[in-house]
Amino acid sequence: MKQQISSDPGDSEQRKSNIGVRMTILYAIIYSGFVVLSVFMPTLMGVDALFGLNLAIAYGLALIIIAIIFAIIYNLMVRIPKPTNASHRIKKSNAERSKE
Amino acid sequence: MTIIVFIVFVGIVLAISAYTSRKARGVGGYFVANSSINWGVNGIAFAGSYLSVASFLGICGLIAFFGFDGFLYSIGFLAGWVIALFVIAEPMKRMGTFTFSDALDKRFKSRGIHLAAGLSVLVVSLFYLVPQMVGAGVLIEPLLGIPHLWGVIIVGTAIILIVALGGMTSTTYVQFFNGGLLLLFAGILTAAVLIRGVTTMSQNQNNEEGLVDLQSYQYQEVPVEVSGEMIIPGLIDASVTERISTTDRYTGRENLVLYQISHLIPATPIEDNIFSVNIKGRTLVFTTALGQDFLWNVEQFDGQPFLRIEDWWRLVEGEGGAYRLAETQYRSVSSDGVAFINGAPEDSTNRLRQVGGISRIPAVYGEGTGSVNPLQMLSIMSDSETIVLQPKSVVFTSNAGERVSVYYNEPTTGSVFMRPGLMFPLEAKDGEPATITLLNRLNFISLMLALFLGTAALPHILIRYYTVPDPDAARKSTIIAIIGIGLFYIFTMYMGVGAVNSGALNPETSNMSAPLLARSFGEMLFAMISGIAFTTVLATVSGLIMAASGAVAHDLMGNISQRQFSDKTKVLAGRIVAVVVGIIGIILGIFFREMNVSFLVGWAFAVAASANLPSLIMMLFWKKTTAKGIIASILVGIIASVTLIMLSPDMWARYGLDPATAPMPINQPGIISIPLSFAVLVIVSLATTEKQPDTGKKVEIKQSAKL
Repeated sequence: MKQQISSDPGDSEQRKSNIGVRMTILYAIIYSGFVVLSVFMPTLMGVDALFGLNLAIAYGLALIIIAIIFAIIYNLMVRIPKPTNASHRIKKSNAERSKE
Repeated sequence: MTIIVFIVFVGIVLAISAYTSRKARGVGGYFVANSSINWGVNGIAFAGSYLSVASFLGICGLIAFFGFDGFLYSIGFLAGWVIALFVIAEPMKRMGTFTFSDALDKRFKSRGIHLAAGLSVLVVSLFYLVPQMVGAGVLIEPLLGIPHLWGVIIVGTAIILIVALGGMTSTTYVQFFNGGLLLLFAGILTAAVLIRGVTTMSQNQNNEEGLVDLQSYQYQEVPVEVSGEMIIPGLIDASVTERISTTDRYTGRENLVLYQISHLIPATPIEDNIFSVNIKGRTLVFTTALGQDFLWNVEQFDGQPFLRIEDWWRLVEGEGGAYRLAETQYRSVSSDGVAFINGAPEDSTNRLRQVGGISRIPAVYGEGTGSVNPLQMLSIMSDSETIVLQPKSVVFTSNAGERVSVYYNEPTTGSVFMRPGLMFPLEAKDGEPATITLLNRLNFISLMLALFLGTAALPHILIRYYTVPDPDAARKSTIIAIIGIGLFYIFTMYMGVGAVNSGALNPETSNMSAPLLARSFGEMLFAMISGIAFTTVLATVSGLIMAASGAVAHDLMGNISQRQFSDKTKVLAGRIVAVVVGIIGIILGIFFREMNVSFLVGWAFAVAASANLPSLIMMLFWKKTTAKGIIASILVGIIASVTLIMLSPDMWARYGLDPATAPMPINQPGIISIPLSFAVLVIVSLATTEKQPDTGKKVEIKQSAKL
């Protein structure tokens, strides 16, 4: 792998950063939902939710699995630049992408 | 066996570091492994570095003792990686070369930032070091039969050797080795737990050494008549010698009543003056000959010999208001230091019995479920027909001035055990003032916030970004880390419930739960798991010390003395700091020995999140951030979080004061110190706005600065 990225003009960095921030916010919302439920409705967390698991366990496991899925999605998204996302920048981005 | 495995593991680790230390020449080699680590290796090393004994021993113990609430740590510890990946990973690598203060300072070239950031790395590393050292000590005691003190010293020395000699290259491969082993064996243990399933029968195969297997021993219950405080227990020639009760702080109702009862248990004569008795499933042989330290009190009753003992029983209310006395275990220490267990002197045969277990499972499964799938396991555990024997304890001083710890099993319904509430009391309780409920909830939110925001700001995680060649590799290795760590945390759930199922818990410390679970499957697995627990300590602490060492050499030394140091001097200084920090860690590890390691780690996260995260985030996303703002934020973050911890109820108890009188009402500082640190950054930045210095890299700065 070459040290090309340090001279990256920034468009793809900008795009990655946008995707990253959005996914972080989305995850933070799901995580907050869990905390709020635990704090204010602890008994509800004991209710059966999925596959015989109660809500607490199902939500908790889901938080871990979602983190893994998000990580994989993020990796795919930053590797393949989406034209719809940054159509006017695509040329530049493609040039940088050649390192892949 | 365990000693051999321990020596082999430590030997492998030292061999790895000796072999790789040849590459640790020069400043780049020593501090960042020449930035040449493959991203896959780095990803597993992330896992090996991050998954500390807090994750491995601490969480398993908390799940075994408190059910679902322990798993909250798993969830929080993993969630933080989302920020690390999406926000921090690539910019960190792009902007820094040695330490994260390089990245923070990229825009400003400020001496102060290096000083503040270096200081924060030192403080957080120390906070994080303590629980690791405690974990090492806790393990070595039952494993090698040497005291906690020596455990901490041995591990500390090994770590100092790895870091001081091998630097970041050795540390990386040690972490890689450890990360791989952890994942593999956590998986094996989980599979074993699933194959065993849930059963009400004894699971412990080992009763030779150390703690005694007593899962098959059912705690006795005897009927009593209660009138006022007088009771007549159904035991031989029994009388109550003392009554102790704890009352609910708010309702004033008694919630735990203990009776010390003097009674007789049958003794079997073996020879002249030599008898054997059975106390709580354990056969003890003793002599009544003169010249003993302890006078065994043998009495004749109905023409038969009996031993008179005094032990503690718990009052339980049965159906229809009938009272019963439930047997407990206890350990007492008199003012002159003599220890008793269950009515007889403590010695190698009379030790505390293991606790935990399952007393009932849904009727459809009969006595045991046999092997189950992962979902079934959790579903059975959280069934309202399942009864988990939750280990509990209470400590008090008896009338005779003895310090008594009573251990008992609290039958807890599965559906309660597997939802939030047993460790963090979130539900409003009867008669509890609304402020207390609120504080409990704040404590919980505060912890979850610190875990979420702390991960990405941990110094030993941040330095790993500099060991890979480029930002792309930084990202990919973070993804590997998330997958590995996520899997591991799912395993912790199974290891935790498996540990309480096996009934192999040590009543005195939750930290031993995972190794004891392993031992219930046989000595070999026990040896492996214990060995891995050691390499876990080595891997995490090496990373922490490396971070501290880098901070001093790069951020503090030159900037304090305002001189340029040669690379050679920096490496030498780094090695010296490694030794010093290692020694401090050893000392603190001895002081904090009894606290659960995950709990202590929660504090380390709070300090990291308060000190480092606000400046990292704002530097990336807020153009108006100034050097002074960053410095103020870091310093306020450290001071606020550390002060709040020092004034917290838990620390108050540690100082020997009444926790209720602590100036800080909550234990977890994050909810105050993190926003405070953000606020300080914004206010100071706005007050000190100045023209951005022309660094010649404006394009890149703008890019990362605007959202």
